[in-house]
Amino acid sequence: MSSDDSIAASRRGVLKCLAFGGAGTLFSLAGGVLAPLDLALAATKGRKSAMLDAPLFVQISDTHIGFNKEANPDVAGTLKQTIDLVNSMPVKPAFIVHTGDITHLSKASEFDTAAQLLSQLKVTELHTTPGEHDMADASASEYFNRYGKASANRGYYSFDTRGVHFVGLINVLNFKPNGLGALGSQQLEWLEADLKGRSASTPIVVFAHMPLWTIYEPWGWGTGDADQMTSYLRRFGSVTVLNGHIHQIVQKVEGNLTFHTARSTAFPQATAGNGPAPGPLKVPAEQLQKMLGLSSVTLKRHPSTLALTDSTLA
Amino acid sequence: MSQISLHACAVMIVASFAHAAAPAATQAPSAPEPTISIHDFSFAPLSLTVPVGATVSWKNLDPEPHTVRSVDDQFRSGALDQNDSFSFKFVKAGTYKYVCSIHPQMVGTITVK
Repeated sequence: MSSDDSIAASRRGVLKCLAFGGAGTLFSLAGGVLAPLDLALAATKGRKSAMLDAPLFVQISDTHIGFNKEANPDVAGTLKQTIDLVNSMPVKPAFIVHTGDITHLSKASEFDTAAQLLSQLKVTELHTTPGEHDMADASASEYFNRYGKASANRGYYSFDTRGVHFVGLINVLNFKPNGLGALGSQQLEWLEADLKGRSASTPIVVFAHMPLWTIYEPWGWGTGDADQMTSYLRRFGSVTVLNGHIHQIVQKVEGNLTFHTARSTAFPQATAGNGPAPGPLKVPAEQLQKMLGLSSVTLKRHPSTLALTDSTLA
Repeated sequence: MSQISLHACAVMIVASFAHAAAPAATQAPSAPEPTISIHDFSFAPLSLTVPVGATVSWKNLDPEPHTVRSVDDQFRSGALDQNDSFSFKFVKAGTYKYVCSIHPQMVGTITVK
């Protein structure tokens, strides 16, 4: 059950959560703070008041199209469930952010399948950043052939919607041995210039695939030069940093910066250090939905802040 | 890409471009092909020394995909799914450090002399 009693999920709500295997994360703008809500909760009738404003965007992540191992033999199916969830939302978000690992093996056929599935979204605006699984073809060209235009094939870009400044970063190139993800000096210089001159009251949303803070170094869950990025962001009053990669919700709040990793729509992973390596976590079939659907982030209205709620049925 | 190991770089800078990014399709019939297995998110053996001209193969035994990427871009595989292999012929002496680009904590070294 939910440990959050400000928007306590009803029994029915919890069951509804269970029904949706791969839930994305919905963000709505609340008093300048971007507030993630559980998608299943947002789709529940009568919960509109909890959303304060029209949803701004939905983040989905780690769809891993092409994965076919026992942790989830039907990743297309759980992505489809997630898409259905977005399509059933009473108020549609303005756009979708996909924070990478669209595919599992960077195969052209996997990108094609993912595009076909994502085209079923009623929300047509899609912003992406690649995961390392999207850069795994020898030439790292399949992703950029499809999604490179927004960034002129650099992988990083920014745009503005409804007064919010969005920055997409790429941290799955330039890996160092034994190291974490990396942004690289060129991208960091661009970011510094991109943010320069912007009002500190502009809400900023940064998204990349790998966590932009170090969650667990032995498994590479972090970005080696993210501190540089953070130093450019500190002066802003509302900064939300969104990542995927680790297939579970982990959140950190540091001053005005909120770091948040999204669940996967495909399969869960072990928590940091729990096991020999960060591979897909095999769970009994009846638990898969629970692993994907029940951890949720809810909105506290007073004050309007982010609230992470770890909900379990048992 | 510019942040590669300086030691490896110093060695590799003398390497010609001729063999870059060209997975060997065939190998010398006489010598057995050294094979590195990828298992439990690790290269085994982690370090391997081979003579100049040797072709080294990697085989992924994990259900999770891996890649084989030289840190200074001398060779790079695509995604290797379970039981997929990749091979590369080393025609220049040197020390070749490589990683899995999906799990960069996985590091291996080929020494060619």
